[in-house]
Amino acid sequence: MAASKLLRPASRLLSASRSAAPAFRPAFRPAVITPSIVARRYASDGGVKEMTVREALNEAMAEEMEANEKVFVLGEEVAQYNGAYKVTKGLLDRFGEKRVIDSPITESGFAGLCVGAALAGLHPVCEFMTFNFAMQAIDQIINSGAKTHYMSGGIQPCNITFRGPNGFAAGVAAQHSQDYSAWYGSIPGLKVVSPYSAEDAKGLLKAAIRDPNPVVVLENELLYGLSFPMSEAAQKDDFVIPIGKAKIERPGKDLTIVTLSRCVGQSLVAAEQLKKQYGVEAEVINLRSIKPLDIEAIVKSIKKTGNLLVVESGYPSFGVASEIITLACEYAFDYLDSPPARVTGAEVPTPYAQKLEEMSFPTEQLITSYAAKLLRV
Amino acid sequence: MSLRSMPRRLNPRALRRPSLCHYVSQANPRLGLAWQSCRNVASTPTAEKVLFPGALNSEFTNNLEFLRPSTNKAISTFRVLNQYGQVIDQERGADTTDEEALELYKHMVCLNIMDLIMFEAQRQGRLSFYMVSTGEEGISVGSASALNPTDTVFCQYREAGVFMQRGFTLDQFMAQLFSNCEDSGRGRNMPIHFGSRELNIRTVSSTLATQLPHAAGAAYALKLKNQQNPDVEPRVAVTYFGEGAASEGDFHAALNIASTRQAPCIFICRNNGYAISTPTSDQYRGDGIASRGAGYGIDTLRVDGNDIFAVRTATKEARRLALSDGGKPVLIEMMAYRVGHHSTSDDSYAYRQKVEVEDWKRRDNPITRLRKWMEDRGIWNEDKERKLRSKLRKDVLGAFDRAEKKKKPKIRHAFDDVWENVTEEQRAHVEELKDILTRYPKEYDLSQYEGGIESLDELLQKKQ
Ligand SMILES: Cc1ncc(C[n+]2csc(CCOP(=O)(O)OP(=O)(O)O)c2C)c(N)n1
Ligand SMILES: [Mg+2]
Repeated sequence: MAASKLLRPASRLLSASRSAAPAFRPAFRPAVITPSIVARRYASDGGVKEMTVREALNEAMAEEMEANEKVFVLGEEVAQYNGAYKVTKGLLDRFGEKRVIDSPITESGFAGLCVGAALAGLHPVCEFMTFNFAMQAIDQIINSGAKTHYMSGGIQPCNITFRGPNGFAAGVAAQHSQDYSAWYGSIPGLKVVSPYSAEDAKGLLKAAIRDPNPVVVLENELLYGLSFPMSEAAQKDDFVIPIGKAKIERPGKDLTIVTLSRCVGQSLVAAEQLKKQYGVEAEVINLRSIKPLDIEAIVKSIKKTGNLLVVESGYPSFGVASEIITLACEYAFDYLDSPPARVTGAEVPTPYAQKLEEMSFPTEQLITSYAAKLLRV
Repeated sequence: MSLRSMPRRLNPRALRRPSLCHYVSQANPRLGLAWQSCRNVASTPTAEKVLFPGALNSEFTNNLEFLRPSTNKAISTFRVLNQYGQVIDQERGADTTDEEALELYKHMVCLNIMDLIMFEAQRQGRLSFYMVSTGEEGISVGSASALNPTDTVFCQYREAGVFMQRGFTLDQFMAQLFSNCEDSGRGRNMPIHFGSRELNIRTVSSTLATQLPHAAGAAYALKLKNQQNPDVEPRVAVTYFGEGAASEGDFHAALNIASTRQAPCIFICRNNGYAISTPTSDQYRGDGIASRGAGYGIDTLRVDGNDIFAVRTATKEARRLALSDGGKPVLIEMMAYRVGHHSTSDDSYAYRQKVEVEDWKRRDNPITRLRKWMEDRGIWNEDKERKLRSKLRKDVLGAFDRAEKKKKPKIRHAFDDVWENVTEEQRAHVEELKDILTRYPKEYDLSQYEGGIESLDELLQKKQ
């Protein structure tokens, strides 16, 4: 029927005619010709620049695609539409339709295709519109992605990166608001990272793409638009952050706050409040990596502070915080001066109503008051 | 012994008592025989036909010829009216009375007006999200008008017309959209996730295509009920979905299970050309969604979604088919064009030309097509149109105002229904919350929630 032609938007026809172009572009084409990051603003001292998390993720993909032609991006709305959250902005124009690919709405289909491509030697970056929708594909991620290397006797590598926003956003209700850190964190064969800042985002995503294992990159929609300073080193295209190493965001001697993703920012604010209100020096550890977990950094910090508070936005049961507290008890029990505590999401399906949603997740105030209670100050 | 293995073993005792599984072959002897033959007959060297268990009645051939769907003629699109609103086949006619037509028209226009107002309201920040049905009003309103009120319906999200046609009031729409205390969903969902127990429409779910296997399951349950209560009017399950959602594995699983279980389920695809920005050319390569029906052995029809009479006639016939031979699934592909943006979060001019949209609006539209028919019959005119639109506008705005002023749902609903009963652990959570809310009244403004803090007491007193 003619309908399929009629329904084909003109813009789509334009991009179709452009499809072959990338293949003929010289591979050494310098990145500066078509920069996908427009906004590198606020040059300040020491060559440090501000960059949003969204831009950092975009730059990470662009650099890795530039560096290695085995890398490609596939997902729903990633090409023509620049990504549901505009993280893949400009990549289609720059790398063409062969490497930035729109998928039909079939998470299990395109995640499966990516796993297949990885088993065949490519390095796919599989974007989920959100990790909530990756539930449709979780069998591909876990049973195929994470296990084929092992089950094949080590002959089938699976260099794949699954990425997309994770956790609650704002006013999108229970089915769109879940945190999967604990889910993926429990699977042998997977690596799982969860960036907070722009540097984290760039360094961890690049590391994930280069890592020969399947890596799940759990981003956060509410962080995408936030700006962070990027050091000179982080602006370079060889910048990677090792997977499995935590970062001390703020040093302190009285309390260790272990946290990840968006809760890092909240914990930093809480640490500031603790200092102002109680003169307490909290050390804030940004996990960066959920699997492997940098237990060494946590134990080291506990040895210094004697107190542990874990902050995360997942559900309390069987969560990241439970795991960290268990590990702390196993490896640092004798150094703990108080029972370790956790601040987590509430054990209810995420409410749609804004005020109830606010009450369902850690707030800066809550972290501060829990820390104060723990320290009995 | 597992239930599944019962009908295969043909246990005579099981056959005598009414069980869940074997009645399929009772109700449909033809089907039962086919099953038999495919297991009992072996292929012979002289056979003219394939006798493998997986393909019955296939003739042998020495022609090496692949099936090439791309060379087939595209599946035809059924219509009753031409684009001038004239009935093409006088014998069949419109199969709709003037009163019915006026009601359908009113519902389509009302939906259209509600869409305009709510889209604008979202732009003003008065609700968080909205999705319009523009261009697809005929599909939802028309198909719903051909169903029985007792049929169970599962929607995707662009089917507010089904709710409207079934009697969901403007106040009920607004209560959900503003998630106020009257929302039967207790304020737990994003806007447009309507649901109604009274109207037999399951609550819209955010994850695409998950409703399709559910509908197959409901249809299976209805099949059993229809069988067990032959005096009650038989029912079907109906589900709606977009052509984009049809790429999900759940679509394929649903069609296959509905077909193998012969469940009376009507699958209605709204093929509106887009899934957010993804055009159908990137969504599939076959002849639309209709071409998939045959693969699952499902009776299928493609329909002009801009022709509400065609939609009605097709749905009526689908319902009859779905209840014939003891029940079976039916697939209808309703063709349309998504005139509006995907949702309030989308700007579709980033991926399609404005003129393409304008062209479609001008070319065809379910509302104007029905209006032409009504004008030809002398039951509609400009004056009536003006009056109807101004009345509906007033009705919608009235409901809007009322809903916006209502309180938010009770806070207890953050805990209610997570499990059937309140658990011990939840009780502790609620008590702790209550304690915090009482101790810091200045931090938490509870006045906007129906019932204030007392609603937590209600929950604590609720019997386990
Ligand atoms: C499992 C899942 N994946 C992705 C999405 C995001 N999403 C919401 S609507 C939509 C497009 C659906 O298009 P279609 O089925 O054609 O319906 P239409 O919007 O055209 O009515 C997508 C991709 C989702 N809700 N659920
Ligand atoms: Mg569609």
